[in-house]
Amino acid sequence: MLIFIYDKTFEGLLTAVFDAYNRRMFPDKLIGEGEPEPLFTQEVHRVINDPEKSNRVWSGVQQKISKHACNMLLCVWLSELPGCDELILRYVRKVFDRSYSIEMNFADDDVLEVTKIARKVGKEKHYLMEFVRFQKASDDVFFAPVSPLYNALPLAISFFKDRFSYQKWIIYDIKRKYGYYYDLKTVEEIMLSDDTHLLTGKLNEDLMAQDEKLFQDLWKNYFGALTIRERINPKLQRQHMPRRFWKFLTEKQ
Amino acid sequence: MFIFVKMKEGILDKLKILAESAKYDVSCASSGTTQKSQKGGIGSAHGWGICHSFTEDGRCVSLLKIMMTNYCMFDCAYCVNRRSNDIPRATMTVRELVELTIEFYRRNYIEGLFLSSGVIHSSDHTMERMVRVLKELRTIHKYNGYIHMKSIPGASRELVNEAGLYADRLSVNLEIAREDNLKLLAPEKDHQSIYQPMAYIYQGVLASLEERKHFKHAPRFAPAGQSTQMIIGATSETDREILQLSTALYRRPSIKRVYYSGYIPVNSYDARLPALKQAPLVRENRLYQADWLMRFYGFQENEIVDDSYPNLDLEVDPKLAWALRHPDKFPVDLNKAEYAMILRVPGIGIKSAKLIIATRRYGKITASTLKKIGVVMKKAQFFITCHELPRVTVHEAHPEYVRQFLTQKKSAKKESDQRQLSILFPD
Repeated sequence: MLIFIYDKTFEGLLTAVFDAYNRRMFPDKLIGEGEPEPLFTQEVHRVINDPEKSNRVWSGVQQKISKHACNMLLCVWLSELPGCDELILRYVRKVFDRSYSIEMNFADDDVLEVTKIARKVGKEKHYLMEFVRFQKASDDVFFAPVSPLYNALPLAISFFKDRFSYQKWIIYDIKRKYGYYYDLKTVEEIMLSDDTHLLTGKLNEDLMAQDEKLFQDLWKNYFGALTIRERINPKLQRQHMPRRFWKFLTEKQ
Repeated sequence: MFIFVKMKEGILDKLKILAESAKYDVSCASSGTTQKSQKGGIGSAHGWGICHSFTEDGRCVSLLKIMMTNYCMFDCAYCVNRRSNDIPRATMTVRELVELTIEFYRRNYIEGLFLSSGVIHSSDHTMERMVRVLKELRTIHKYNGYIHMKSIPGASRELVNEAGLYADRLSVNLEIAREDNLKLLAPEKDHQSIYQPMAYIYQGVLASLEERKHFKHAPRFAPAGQSTQMIIGATSETDREILQLSTALYRRPSIKRVYYSGYIPVNSYDARLPALKQAPLVRENRLYQADWLMRFYGFQENEIVDDSYPNLDLEVDPKLAWALRHPDKFPVDLNKAEYAMILRVPGIGIKSAKLIIATRRYGKITASTLKKIGVVMKKAQFFITCHELPRVTVHEAHPEYVRQFLTQKKSAKKESDQRQLSILFPD
């Protein structure tokens, strides 16, 4: 069994593809640095992340498949599902080995799997756009903690940058412990040193802006008044708005 | 902002009253316009629309759906806000509405504003105040988010035209499909007063489109078109009459959506209204399904309902009902049939149909591929053939059996087999 060890980055994965074609040896398994090697390992190759190689692979992929399909591959990577790296490797191999584009052949298991995972990650991005709730802090920064199932936050950032371009905001992924801060000009990635107080999903009241509580109450009141009692259907509500988001939703707190 | 904090109690109550009054309006779409944020402005509009929350009845909250006032001079039998009802009344000022919209928007609670109103003094008086809210949002605050405004029946052309410049979508509610029934329930309204503003909007949209062909920066007029709403089950209309009217409306280019609202007995004391135990939710659902078939699946209204079937089947969806009435069109060979015909197979939606078309260029489609793609095989199996041994199709099984098979309740299956004795272990 041939094993490739790489650094668990997307660039590293693309470098692994390069090395595989370069050596004409394709790994049976990809593992990260420090992960235990499986039984029956015969040969191990250590991939060294090289931007030149990974760029070459990526531009090759871009030439062979559409932009949409490339985005799907990125989504698969962001899903962080176990085995997603091997799926990408298999997909990219099929892309390079066929003379025609395989991206529409949904009878192929890998193509279908990539489509399905990309759809799930896309849905998660959409959930973020729907259910991010900003709370205005006393320093006029709008703050929103999130914890998406897949790492979809980077995909949604351009949307938030466009829509909330007139206010400073932070969206922080408490599960993956990183976030984005927008300072009215650019968005940058940040990490908070102490985020234990964020786990409840709610900003402390002494950190809130003066009028924040009022608007939260207004919104809660409004949300309650909007229900039509004759049509109550909690199952439908949960279907559209899964429980895992509720702790961050002002109206459900 | 200061005013807001001071009047906290008052505004809480007002918001509650006006939300309660506005909630029966179904429309919540925030789709149809794409507007990137502009420098110094607030917000953007997203082409597909985004829902921001879901109430306990499962309906989405996308827009701040609110009435400017719930005082009303009309006495429509189906409406909570009729003047003879004894309910708490409130009015919001222009400033309050504008601030509420902006502050909610900045917290990502909403996608925009949906403004409607009861009629006070006259249609034009009400409409003018509503337009002022829109104008302030768009011009003073440079707000780029979505705005849906309800046009008041009988409003003048000038005001409709002004509203169209600020709003993304305008709507006038038809409420009751047949005019004699409308007259019965809402004596102060007639179809003329509803169709007139609809026509103004329609003309405004066309004029703006024409102008924008020549001048790129000519102002847009209600870029997301108009919508309307009909109440279902309060009067005697058949589904056929309702769908015929929808078809006629969809033929006008600016009409984007017709909403169907199952009648909720809000004024049960009124003898002109039927005594319903519950809103006709299944019928409402079937009408929406029929509406989708007409807009996205290439069905004609007379294929869904006709003289012998003037009402939709409540037991099965309209697409399956059509298929069961027309077994001669099936089975469809998925490896050869054209897109329009694949779309007509029950259990295959737009997504699956497109995947099938794309995939079959690479090789034959088989049943296992279909399953993986996401086709509902339980339904579809009777209506298709693919590159495999022939299955039992609707011809062999007969439409009656297929119908029975597909409508049987899940619990019926779980019932124990009568032929098998149960073994009891007494304690």
